[in-house]
Amino acid sequence: MDVSWYIVLSALIFCIGLAGVLSRRNPLVVLLSLELVLNAGNLALVGFSRMWGNADGQIFALIVMVVAACEVVVGLGLIVAMYRHRVPIDVDEMSELHG
Amino acid sequence: MSVLEGIVFFIAAILALGGALGVVLLRNPFFSVLALVLHLLALATLFLLLHAQFLAAAQIIVYAGAVMVLYVFVAAYVGNVEESLTPSGPLLTLAPWFAAALFVELVIAALGTGLSQINTEGATVPAGFGAPAQFGELLLKRFLIPFEAASYLLLIAAVGAVVLARRRRGLEHLD
Repeated sequence: MDVSWYIVLSALIFCIGLAGVLSRRNPLVVLLSLELVLNAGNLALVGFSRMWGNADGQIFALIVMVVAACEVVVGLGLIVAMYRHRVPIDVDEMSELHG
Repeated sequence: MSVLEGIVFFIAAILALGGALGVVLLRNPFFSVLALVLHLLALATLFLLLHAQFLAAAQIIVYAGAVMVLYVFVAAYVGNVEESLTPSGPLLTLAPWFAAALFVELVIAALGTGLSQINTEGATVPAGFGAPAQFGELLLKRFLIPFEAASYLLLIAAVGAVVLARRRRGLEHLD
């Protein structure tokens, strides 16, 4: 398969994830859509790494996976904190930053 | 070889797209999580097609395994709040159109690029390409500082999650 197929697929997944981040109201689903965006970036990195025959892009993708794991841990911690403080689980309700 | 590769690519690509659409379009967050698991497994297959064996294994173990278990726990803890998919404001109806416009732009950029190799299968790669041995060597020689920075980031995130999710005694009067 040509590398361009992978790049176009990655662009499509990125845009689906972007639409999810912009339009969903449940913070859990917003985080899931963010995962889609990061994974699309990973796919593009691995595709270009294959194109050049150079494994540096795969290291980048591994670091992106680490960053995504950190983001998930902190984001889910925030959601649990929202639930404990009886804030509605809805990003539209969170208009102030004080906890 | 090439035909088989094409068939596997299209099956994995359709599953990945279906999973991605499922994440965004399903109303129940629990089903969204399951759709993301499907998406991640399909993406691991694509990584294998791109000679990234170690990354595919890490994707399945770390992402589809550990991270998704965390999501399932939180989805079960918080409860399944079904949300309506109708946009809550006039600006939000623009979101899918914005995403579609960005996709068109990205495809124009990707296909109109001057990179001559993008329409090939890529450079010929040596036998150990993407294997754990190569990863270890790169991480400990060339990318040592990003590797250490990533470990600090994981430590900070773990501490931060504990601080965020703990029960705060003595702060209830602020609510």
